[in-house]
Amino acid sequence: MHQTFDAALEMNLLHANQRGADHNRAHFDEWGITCVNLMSSPGAGKTQLLESTLEGLKNLKIAVIEGDMTTELDADRLRQHGVPVIAINTGRSCHLDSKMVAGGLHQLQHDYDPASLDLVVVENVGNLVCPAEFEVGEHIKVALLSVTEGEDKPLKYPVMFREADCLLITKTDLTPYLDVNLDQIEANIRQINPNVTIFRVSAKTGDGLESWLEWLQQTMTHQANRLQLTV
Amino acid sequence: MHETDMTKALIVTIQDWWDAQPERPTIEKVHLVVGAFTCVEPASLQFAFDVQTQGTFLDGSQLVIKDIPLVAHCHTCRRDYRPEYGSQYACPTCNSPMEDIRSGRELKIDRLECVAV
Repeated sequence: MHQTFDAALEMNLLHANQRGADHNRAHFDEWGITCVNLMSSPGAGKTQLLESTLEGLKNLKIAVIEGDMTTELDADRLRQHGVPVIAINTGRSCHLDSKMVAGGLHQLQHDYDPASLDLVVVENVGNLVCPAEFEVGEHIKVALLSVTEGEDKPLKYPVMFREADCLLITKTDLTPYLDVNLDQIEANIRQINPNVTIFRVSAKTGDGLESWLEWLQQTMTHQANRLQLTV
Repeated sequence: MHETDMTKALIVTIQDWWDAQPERPTIEKVHLVVGAFTCVEPASLQFAFDVQTQGTFLDGSQLVIKDIPLVAHCHTCRRDYRPEYGSQYACPTCNSPMEDIRSGRELKIDRLECVAV
């Protein structure tokens, strides 16, 4: 006779990814590194923002984990700034997951001394959907939205904007040429995520970058203080 | 198509459970709970599950997805409301931003319906 029964699993669908992310975060904490997950749609200006950030924070030791579907173009651009760059080709996958970043961390550990680093920036694959669900072990999520993408994007891709700790409205130097209302972009983001920190920046002209760099360094200090409290 | 990766994760989790069972039961149904405020499209998940389970221990299992609506709570009005996905997330009465999400972020394997062999 066949017996039927129910097995209650009650597990998160992304349980394995979450476990991997916690593991990566524990490594970052152990090494005293703040990890930032940089996310946006393709072409919003992640790499250029990162280049300006590397130039603006020469006083810090920074490494980059670069997610790209097939090429190393972005990684090569960043290497010119003299920082360690670990390139991860995600293949057909449209986001980085915690396992891929763990692979990047192992390589970083092999090639460099991670304990000497202050900041690791993970540049995710350009995509406003999937990266929002796959934590990689970051302490801070930073999302970018360029002015050319329009005011409605936060409403259409709300999960990404809900999850972000900081939102950078990029390419503001283009605003005069566009029918775009930056206040409306901010209002749309704030109805989804009232606690997000927003900066308007142009990596090309340097406008607004100072505030972003200041915020990033403050956040790193908070992160370091939090670690000292728990140790 | 991150539903492909999500399905892979789902199968691995169920496989771990199944391997730990002394008598490998037949899994007839897999019950998932998927919130509306996630990046998961139930139809894509269903498709990926049917394709990826072929020829595995889950071949023939049915995926049952329970959709959970997005419900937010407005502290000013002291009541729950349902945001309009894609257009309006603030409270429709007082326009306060969406502070607390009561439901809609779920991505859970709830339970398995099994038959002992």
